Amino acid sequence: MSQAKDVLLNPLFEKNPIGLQILGICSALAVTSKLETVIVMSLAVTFVIACSNFSVSLIRQQIPGSIRIIVQITIIATLVIIVDQFLKAYAFSVSKQLSVFVGLIITNCIVLGRAEAFAMKNPPGLSFLDGIGNGLGYSLVLLLVAFFRELLGAGKLLGVTILPTVSDGGWYQPNGLMLLPPSAFFIIGLLIWALRTWKTDQVEMEN
Amino acid sequence: MEHYLNLLIRSIFIENMALAFFLGMCTFLAVSKKVDTAIGLGIAVVVVQTITVPVNNLIYKFFLKEGALAWLGLEGTNLTFIGLICYIGVIAAMVQLLEMVLDRFFPSLYNSLGIFLPLITVNCAILGGSLFMVERDYNFSESIVFGFGSGLGWALALVALAGIREKMKYSDVPVGLRGLGITFMIAGLMAMAFMAFSGIQL
Repeated sequence: MSQAKDVLLNPLFEKNPIGLQILGICSALAVTSKLETVIVMSLAVTFVIACSNFSVSLIRQQIPGSIRIIVQITIIATLVIIVDQFLKAYAFSVSKQLSVFVGLIITNCIVLGRAEAFAMKNPPGLSFLDGIGNGLGYSLVLLLVAFFRELLGAGKLLGVTILPTVSDGGWYQPNGLMLLPPSAFFIIGLLIWALRTWKTDQVEMEN
Repeated sequence: MEHYLNLLIRSIFIENMALAFFLGMCTFLAVSKKVDTAIGLGIAVVVVQTITVPVNNLIYKFFLKEGALAWLGLEGTNLTFIGLICYIGVIAAMVQLLEMVLDRFFPSLYNSLGIFLPLITVNCAILGGSLFMVERDYNFSESIVFGFGSGLGWALALVALAGIREKMKYSDVPVGLRGLGITFMIAGLMAMAFMAFSGIQL
């Protein structure tokens, strides 16, 4: 049971896919200007990782080594199409805002990385938990970034005004930079700094 | 002609794949330690992007688009939902093909690109290029220009970042920020510089 707990919780801080493994950064940066899109994106990615890990792990004995990447990509692409169609049907406005980034979950390296590194060697149940754990680790970083970007950039959270902005007669002068792409880099950089100050063993060696 | 030039400039600078859309970030951050390897990977990305975007454009137009199968006598079919699998399949196949061609005819280039070629399959800039092409409804010749321009823009950003990172070894970076953290900061500053292009109206 402790192994399952490790597999589920380690990716949150100890082995965060974004902070330590440099995986899945593309979408992490592009969709984070609003909290709403991030929640949808996190759910989508967690679903895809968990299910792809589970399916790959189920057939791991049958997949021939030389074509395993293609098999994994096909499984992932199928899952992403399901998510994409689901979002178009039930959350059309969010799916428009996410534009190509739902499709890009296919090339999100976390998904393929976990399928290759974990699901190919472990039983389905454990792989499923690993998928959920990594999905949560990814979501955690995304949520933090989006929280700061939306709060400081627009004075809102989930569209609800928290800091009344000057243009609406309040006192808060919004920081327009936070809504622009570069701010995501700075916030993730600072998050990594904070994480590595806390967990000093993650600091990279001089080479 | 002017239209294509505008599209080229826009896809290289204003809508830079790496710095404005954050596509291909994983490779962008991981493979930017040395200028030499960055140039090799950059060239590979330009080549693959210039081939796959137009090919996916043809596939989209003649197979997937609504009513596109009319030439087979199948009216009113809409296969766009299956697009993602097709595009990634084309990309994987193209990369494999390119690898074999390079191995046969340009062994020195093949050796210097080495492991980067297969990695391109999972580079989101490549798939992103195809998805943007579909979303913006480019025609065939536009998609060639867009593919080349977006690949070149990505390569440019990668080489520039690698150049800065090589100089970073002379700087005294705070311990927790070393490596990945400071790279994010540099990329952020570069993205800010590239934002200056966004005021240009073409």
